[in-house]
Amino acid sequence: MAQGILVVVNQEEGRVRRVAYELLSLAQSLASGQVTALTFGPDAENTRESLGRYGADRVVFLSGPAYQAYSSDGFAQAVAAVVSTIDPQALFFPATAWGRDLAPRVAGLIGAGLASDCTEVHVRDDGRLGAVRPMYAGKVYARVAIDSPRQIFSLRPNIQTVVETGRSAEVVAVDPGLDASTFQAVVTEVKQSQGGQVELTEADIIVSGGRGIKAPENFKVLEELADALGAALGSSRPVADEGWVPHSYHIGQTGKVVSPTVYFAVGISGAIQHLAGISGSKYIVAINSDPDAPIFKAANYGIVGDLFQVVPALAQAIREVKKDA
Amino acid sequence: MKILVLVKQVPDTATKIRVNAGDTVIQTDGVKWVINPYDEFAIEECLRLRERFGGEVVVLTLGPKRVEEAIRQALAMGADRAIHLDSDRELDSQAAARVLARACQDEGFDLIMTGKQAVDDDQAQVGPLVAVELGLPQVTVVLTLEVDPEARRIRAERELEGASEWVSLPMPAVITAQRGLNEPRYPTLPNIMKAKKKEVKVIAVESLGVPLDPWVRVEAFSLPPERPAGKILTGDPVEVAQELARLLHEEAKVI
Ligand SMILES: Cc1cc2nc3c(=O)[nH]c(=O)nc-3n(C[C@H](O)[C@H](O)[C@H](O)COP(=O)(O)OP(=O)(O)OC[C@H]3O[C@@H](n4cnc5c(N)ncnc54)[C@H](O)[C@@H]3O)c2cc1C
Repeated sequence: MAQGILVVVNQEEGRVRRVAYELLSLAQSLASGQVTALTFGPDAENTRESLGRYGADRVVFLSGPAYQAYSSDGFAQAVAAVVSTIDPQALFFPATAWGRDLAPRVAGLIGAGLASDCTEVHVRDDGRLGAVRPMYAGKVYARVAIDSPRQIFSLRPNIQTVVETGRSAEVVAVDPGLDASTFQAVVTEVKQSQGGQVELTEADIIVSGGRGIKAPENFKVLEELADALGAALGSSRPVADEGWVPHSYHIGQTGKVVSPTVYFAVGISGAIQHLAGISGSKYIVAINSDPDAPIFKAANYGIVGDLFQVVPALAQAIREVKKDA
Repeated sequence: MKILVLVKQVPDTATKIRVNAGDTVIQTDGVKWVINPYDEFAIEECLRLRERFGGEVVVLTLGPKRVEEAIRQALAMGADRAIHLDSDRELDSQAAARVLARACQDEGFDLIMTGKQAVDDDQAQVGPLVAVELGLPQVTVVLTLEVDPEARRIRAERELEGASEWVSLPMPAVITAQRGLNEPRYPTLPNIMKAKKKEVKVIAVESLGVPLDPWVRVEAFSLPPERPAGKILTGDPVEVAQELARLLHEEAKVI
């Protein structure tokens, strides 16, 4: 009988994203049966120690010549081959650009139901797994069941806690016997677009600017606050549409959905589409000159005032608090 | 080039979502229905490809009678004809993909486009699942698309976290569109008039002989917890800034 959970993650230069540890920790807390991690690429073997530390009982490395460059159709076939070898009851993917491309492809190929971007996975009364996932960008949460024999979940980063279990993972050899020349869609080039900026969906603190910023050069004011906090920068949609910041900054129902510990909304009115994208934040801090701005209704803390005066003062005050701490 | 665009009708993003206790579907009375915003980028891209290379753009939509409005709008933007897969049932992503694939498999499309996700269920699965059903390659979350109909090759730039990647693949293929790909056009009055005369073929989903039972099922909805009333500070900018820094440090313990 199918048992255990297969956690499928990507790695770069022998390192995995934090979400990989979140998935393994969660899988270990739920699995009846072994937790197996699967990763791809030339440096895959270098992740063995860290994958074991966070909950992998076993690891499968696909590091051969076929797996040098990502291919959604090729990698999906490889996952399907690993699934038929180790016969897991469930598969976990990160709900990242990589995982959200691959997971549905695998779901179609192996004929299993997939719940995307889950914020919770739990064991149900019948012993199978169930999940909670946001819909309408978090305006509502759905508890979902997956009725296919095998179940697939992709999990939103930044939601699960990470637990070190200090396992040492056993390597399982699986050869899907695939030839890269049969892969159709193949990545030919990766371009880094933001110089070292923390990815918004994984950021712990986000400082986000809206139309209240008034001009692109004023974004510097926010950069100073972000710098004091060690935060990533984001924006409302109009600010990105105007080209004041890259599109990748855009947060909301039609942009990124974020779940930081603290979200600073600066000069953002709090339109329903924007609020949908930030509802997973633990704390929301609003800075706005209009006391009636809807953002204050969603905020845990707020300052009514001119951002051009408040934000530099706040950056200063935060530096002082941090210095004393 | 023969191009297919998959279009879903969804509640307008300004909709406040209401659910009744125990319900497994949202309340739809008073909801304004629109084309899924990401599908608009897909439609626009298909129209541009047709304008450049010739051929036709076909709209394929699954849903109840109300989706006719979305179909007319896509036709008014410039699509040539449409297929409406008529069903009152809520299908999960896989059943929807099976139905969509069945309806288009015999037409021989060179390219199939849709949005990167629908902003109702946010599953982001239908594009890749249709690709698997039809045995085609995919690129999702596409920011830039380059099509070479002679060589029958595509190059697409897709968005990653803080980066992007270029993917090379053969045609036919399935492409899902991200914001940034283009700026969708508005229908012009003459095109709205013309759209009324364009062909819309209606097919009853049940007649396709595809299994429709869902694998992924909503069991219950809940609304996100209300946030407790916030502490809103007013007064001298420096003083309130210092007070906020203190609250974040001592009360919330987040800095
Ligand atoms: C289909 C659709 C999808 C959408 N998706 C999104 C989405 O994903 N994300 C998104 O953000 N929006 C989205 N929108 C747009 C959304 O409806 C709002 O228009 C937008 O969020 C408003 O952006 P804003 O808050 O920056 O600007 P505004 O609403 O103009 O607010 C600016 C705020 O700045 C304040 N302000 C001005 N000057 C100062 C100052 N000196 N100091 C302090 N405060 C100041 C003002 O009081 C005001 O509250 C969408 C809209 C549509 C139709």
